[in-house]
Amino acid sequence: MSPILFWLFSALMLGFGANVILNRNPIASALSLVVSFLGLAALFVGLDAYFIGVIQVLVYAGAVMVLFLFIIMLLDLKKEKRRNLRPFAVIGGGAVVAAFVTQLLIVLSRFPGGTKTLPALTGSLDDTRNIGSTLFSNYNLPFQAVGVLVLVATIGVVVLSKRELK
Amino acid sequence: MLTLNDYLLVSGLLFALGFAGVLFRRNLIVIFMALEMMLNAANLALVAFARFNTLDGLPNYNGQMLVFFIITVAAAEVAVGLAIIVALYRARQTVHVEDVSTLKF
Repeated sequence: MSPILFWLFSALMLGFGANVILNRNPIASALSLVVSFLGLAALFVGLDAYFIGVIQVLVYAGAVMVLFLFIIMLLDLKKEKRRNLRPFAVIGGGAVVAAFVTQLLIVLSRFPGGTKTLPALTGSLDDTRNIGSTLFSNYNLPFQAVGVLVLVATIGVVVLSKRELK
Repeated sequence: MLTLNDYLLVSGLLFALGFAGVLFRRNLIVIFMALEMMLNAANLALVAFARFNTLDGLPNYNGQMLVFFIITVAAAEVAVGLAIIVALYRARQTVHVEDVSTLKF
């Protein structure tokens, strides 16, 4: 992936990501998150992870965000009223985030493997085929466990959505 | 040339944005979206590590498998979490975290 494209999609992802937390309208936040996830999918494709990129668009930008928008419109959430910020909470939160970013920069500047450039790929890049054979050989048990988890989540959502819990 | 640090920096910044959203926003649904951003930042770091540490001339697919499982679990988590938010809204008519403080000490 050329550096120009990388920085373009990174800026797209981070810019719309910032809009998610700055915008007061929940629908605008959700739509910004869709654009942010599309930028992330482009970064995945740039890292030769084509299958993960497609899954990102289908599952995240598609299914998950439709669910979010559906719930926002179902609850009919209005633009948030401006509430008083508690100064202690704002200072504390800001300090934690600033400490995290500082720590990130320090760790990255000392990380010896960080200056590695993209190694060339020599094998055949049948992405979906490779992922499929790994999934059904080395990762068969986790795959079955995830299947059970999704079933449990489905039943849980049905139970939670009932009017009366009995 | 792009280095591993570039990807890790972008991933860390996305994580910080999601973290700030969880700390500063008080709308439950927006907090939930910020959580998704943090999960996706971890996914980007995993895919970058998988691509930069090649195995037999191919990306290390163990990293991509982890991302696959994270996406699956996150989708299930979103479904359950939003169902809880809807149940909460039915009981209290609010999605504002400060209006839901019965358990607060």
